[in-house]
Amino acid sequence: MPYFGSEETVKELKRALSNPNIQSDRLRYRNYIFRVIRSMTQGLDVSALFMEMVKASATVDIVQKKLVYLYMCTYASLKPDLVLLAINTLRKDCADPNPMVRGLALRNMCNLRMPGITEYIQQPIMTGLRDKAPYVRRVAVLGCAKMQRLQTLTEIDATIVNELYGMLRDPDPVVMVNCLRALEEILQAEGGVVINKPIAHHLLNRLKDLDSWAQSEVLTFLLRYRPRSEDELFDILSLLDGFLQSGHTPVLAATLRLFLQLAAEHPAVQVDALVRARGPLLNACGAQSRELRFAGLCHVQKILKSQPGQYGAHYKRFFCSYSEPSYIKFRKIEILVELVNDENVGLVLEELRGYCTDVSLELAQAAIAAIGRIGRMYSEKCLDILTGLLGLKQEHITSAVVQTFRDLTWHCPQSTVLVCRAVEGCEETIQDAEGKQALLWLLGVHGGKINSAPYVLEGYINGLKSEMSSAVKVELLTAAVQLFLVRPAEMQDMLGRLLQYCIETRRVIQGPESDPSMGVIIGRPEEPVSNWVSTFNTLTPLCGRVTSPEPTTSGCTNHTTQNVVADPLAGTSEETEVYTPEDKQGVIGMSLGPTLLHEDFERLWLELKLSLRENLGFPGPRSSPETLQAALQLVKMQTLAFSRADTLPWKAYIYTHCSGTLVLAELLQPTAEPESDGMVLSIKQKPEDRQVLQEFVAVLKTVLQTLIKGTS
Amino acid sequence: MISQVFILTTSGDHLIYKDFRGEAGVDAIRTFYEAVTALSGDQPPVVMSHKGMHFVHVKQGGLYWAASTKSNPSPFTVIEFLNRLAALTKDYCGSLSEKSVRMNFALIYELLDEMVDYGYIQTTSTDMLKNFIQTETMSSKPFSLFELGNVGLFGAETQQSKVAPSAATSRPLMFTRGDQGGNEIFVDVIERLSVIIGSNGVVMKADIEGEIRVKCYLPGCSEMRIGLNEELSIGKSQLRGYGMAVRMDECSFHQAVKLDEFDAYRILKICPSQGEQTVMQYQLCDDLPCAPPFRLFPTVERDIGNRLLIYLKLRCDLSPKSVALNVSVTLPIPKGSVSLSQELSSPDQSAELQSKNKALQWDIPRFPGGAQLSALFKLEVPGLSSASLQEVGPVSLCFELPKHTCTGLQVRFLRLTPTQPGSSQRWVRYVTHSDSYTIRI
Repeated sequence: MPYFGSEETVKELKRALSNPNIQSDRLRYRNYIFRVIRSMTQGLDVSALFMEMVKASATVDIVQKKLVYLYMCTYASLKPDLVLLAINTLRKDCADPNPMVRGLALRNMCNLRMPGITEYIQQPIMTGLRDKAPYVRRVAVLGCAKMQRLQTLTEIDATIVNELYGMLRDPDPVVMVNCLRALEEILQAEGGVVINKPIAHHLLNRLKDLDSWAQSEVLTFLLRYRPRSEDELFDILSLLDGFLQSGHTPVLAATLRLFLQLAAEHPAVQVDALVRARGPLLNACGAQSRELRFAGLCHVQKILKSQPGQYGAHYKRFFCSYSEPSYIKFRKIEILVELVNDENVGLVLEELRGYCTDVSLELAQAAIAAIGRIGRMYSEKCLDILTGLLGLKQEHITSAVVQTFRDLTWHCPQSTVLVCRAVEGCEETIQDAEGKQALLWLLGVHGGKINSAPYVLEGYINGLKSEMSSAVKVELLTAAVQLFLVRPAEMQDMLGRLLQYCIETRRVIQGPESDPSMGVIIGRPEEPVSNWVSTFNTLTPLCGRVTSPEPTTSGCTNHTTQNVVADPLAGTSEETEVYTPEDKQGVIGMSLGPTLLHEDFERLWLELKLSLRENLGFPGPRSSPETLQAALQLVKMQTLAFSRADTLPWKAYIYTHCSGTLVLAELLQPTAEPESDGMVLSIKQKPEDRQVLQEFVAVLKTVLQTLIKGTS
Repeated sequence: MISQVFILTTSGDHLIYKDFRGEAGVDAIRTFYEAVTALSGDQPPVVMSHKGMHFVHVKQGGLYWAASTKSNPSPFTVIEFLNRLAALTKDYCGSLSEKSVRMNFALIYELLDEMVDYGYIQTTSTDMLKNFIQTETMSSKPFSLFELGNVGLFGAETQQSKVAPSAATSRPLMFTRGDQGGNEIFVDVIERLSVIIGSNGVVMKADIEGEIRVKCYLPGCSEMRIGLNEELSIGKSQLRGYGMAVRMDECSFHQAVKLDEFDAYRILKICPSQGEQTVMQYQLCDDLPCAPPFRLFPTVERDIGNRLLIYLKLRCDLSPKSVALNVSVTLPIPKGSVSLSQELSSPDQSAELQSKNKALQWDIPRFPGGAQLSALFKLEVPGLSSASLQEVGPVSLCFELPKHTCTGLQVRFLRLTPTQPGSSQRWVRYVTHSDSYTIRI
């Protein structure tokens, strides 16, 4: 153990505890026991004192008894033989006239986690279940669960199970809830406690007698119950209605989840419940306890996925306060982006603009990225703000703004003109690789509209030797070539120098320039409530992602040249082993061309009827969507659009031409647990051809399965 | 269900460790501590997972209160439970600090033993717990009603005024012995104010979150009636009384509060249990009944060379009877600022340049209502540009307004039934804190 002189301490304590003079002085004796427990808490191994502590348990002093029991429970597994010495005292206490002593002894006896203890505790537990003091019954009921766990191999004792089901009618509310908990553990292998109609209604009727902890737990147990009829369902909902307004957040959250699950078939009821729970949830978001605030925010974020409009009017509640820790601020910024609408956009942007100059660099960058995301809908206002920020000439701000610009031109091409005007002169302030990459991308793709573009590139080419990041170099090469095609006269000379420098780099692929459409299909879908309700009021929404808000680049790297170059490499190394050249061509001869435009795809997708829908039965590959795209390209399927890797539901749209038909496909990964559900494949075809369709599905499945094997 | 509960100091010392289910060893503490100290501050530290073990923690009183679990429980429940544990510890030990937890570890073990069995929360109500808790509180210092800090300049003020000393509630509940000084009840009306004022002086956001908190030392009290303003109206549409109604948008009550007289007479009936509890919470959004307590009139100018002149005029719009305490004004300044010189209007004020936060802080210990204070700051900023001016602001204020509620909520009366024999003392205190008070420039 890490404590210096620990052996000395144990010896000294041992001497003191066995000293008859100290034993006779109650206070001094108790003080030494205090010291033992303190050392134990600090991590010192004081198990050597077990004998002395067992002796100390035979006392009338309850405080001393409690401490000794705590000690015994901690070290019982190390000294099983010595524990037996204490059993006698414990069993005697179980028959004490004072219910507090009875309960204490029984609880601790059940807590002694050592093999062979069951034969000693079974009888006291059974007696305890029929004790007249509710305190002892509470302990005894949980004792059943503890006993079951100690003898994992033996069969479930049906008499105990029946007894516990019977005790659900116990007048003491805590005993009732403990019965549920104990049954849940004992019957774990059979799927836990059964909530049938009489039990469900009994629980519902007693909800009011319970304290809030028990309420929220019972509400969670009720999730298991399925009402038989509509009438019953609405009876239950009206009983629960009052709890939606509970001031105690755990109860509120448990009720809301139950409501949402019970009313899964009635979206209008769900929406109504969400509206009614809005006030209390907003209060949780403003609670004094920061941790509670955070939990509230995470859950509001889930709700926003289905009901973005609901919180729009309350946007001010999500303004960051000066003293809040950054993990709360980041959540609030994300929420502000989600709930922005025509009415509040001005004020939300003004608030976000305030965060851009925050002393925390991460917060400033997150705020800038948030403005960029809002800019996809309200580009003009956001461009004004972003352009204004460039005037500050701060390294991190300019870099974040340029990255945001890149994403903006990608998503809404109409902003290109303004962006091109704004980025002139930024190159002096940008120092980090991410920012440089973004600027170079803009210069390469839109260089024709930026007057100073060749000169900026020249600066970079001249400073090439001191540039560390290879990603920047690749981006520079791409940009130089792209610009050369547009403005050959100005670029020719420097491109030559650049090529000379990096003569070994040959692979340059031109990526697409923008991704304007698919908005209708991918856009910002309103998720059905059922997508997240199963994780509502659990830890999942709080720990889901480890990273701070959406990292500025992850959402958009799919168009930077670096990824387009790098990822196919990663993908192909696995692919080439599987597909022989014949496979590549496919039996049905799929081909990529002629290229289908986004708009055409979208129109066709909406026009055509569904030819096939199939649950593939396995989850989507863990690899990045770009790898998937590259892999599919090898078998001549073009991936037109896909959601970001971390979003759910994850979607991808694929098309191919084969044997004179056009096949459009959608891959959908609906839920958060990739283990439980498979991907859903929907296919539309024009003109219909069953044979081709089956071939297509077979090839697609092979590719996906290979990718899964490759990454798992 | 909760697997373990532990309390750690920020330096990683174990103060309390209790294992309820034997699912994980003591190593869990180390794992947790390593995880929590490795956080950069940008990641959400509330929930952390390690090999199927989830750690939920809250930070209170400079200590980590953590629970570990193997199941996937409601985060609200675990967080509220830990907060409740901290609150109970405060009730029983008097204050919440490393020292008090260390001294009373036996008591906290006893509490935990009764609160949680096998990882399931049994009860957290003080009424139930007081029957089982036997350990006596160890107080770090003998309690004295008149603490040094509360005695006025000439020693006379506090003894005359009818104000309960602020430290009066930071003393342990004495459950076992009701003999000494245990006849008091405190009703606190606490409001937290969050305000944003735009650069044009328009109030953009003004929210009040308030609560009525009862701290009861009475050993046996059957019923207490708290009378609130009769003209109190709840909700946007309701209107009571004539004109100057006290308004709130929403309110919620503690489970134990009986509301049969609330609709008609605005009386809350409760049987307070010993210890502290929040009996009512309320909110008011976007509609302050009075002017916001502070107004700022800033001027930011470029002086010759690299000097920046910031002239702040701060006005307190409270009534002259009220006073704001511990006012602290924080103003972000350009990143390159190197030195600060200031002209303040009185010697008790102070101002400093916080180079870490790139902000200047102006502290005013006492600010009477109706007064106006001004300060001139001269900043030396090498390479000052016109863009640097944009980095100045927004100003945030921290303050405390004793004896003041922004909603105007008042406790009309406080009655105990049956009437306590003789010496029971009832205190009503009001305070408004700034949750976040931002003024844009």
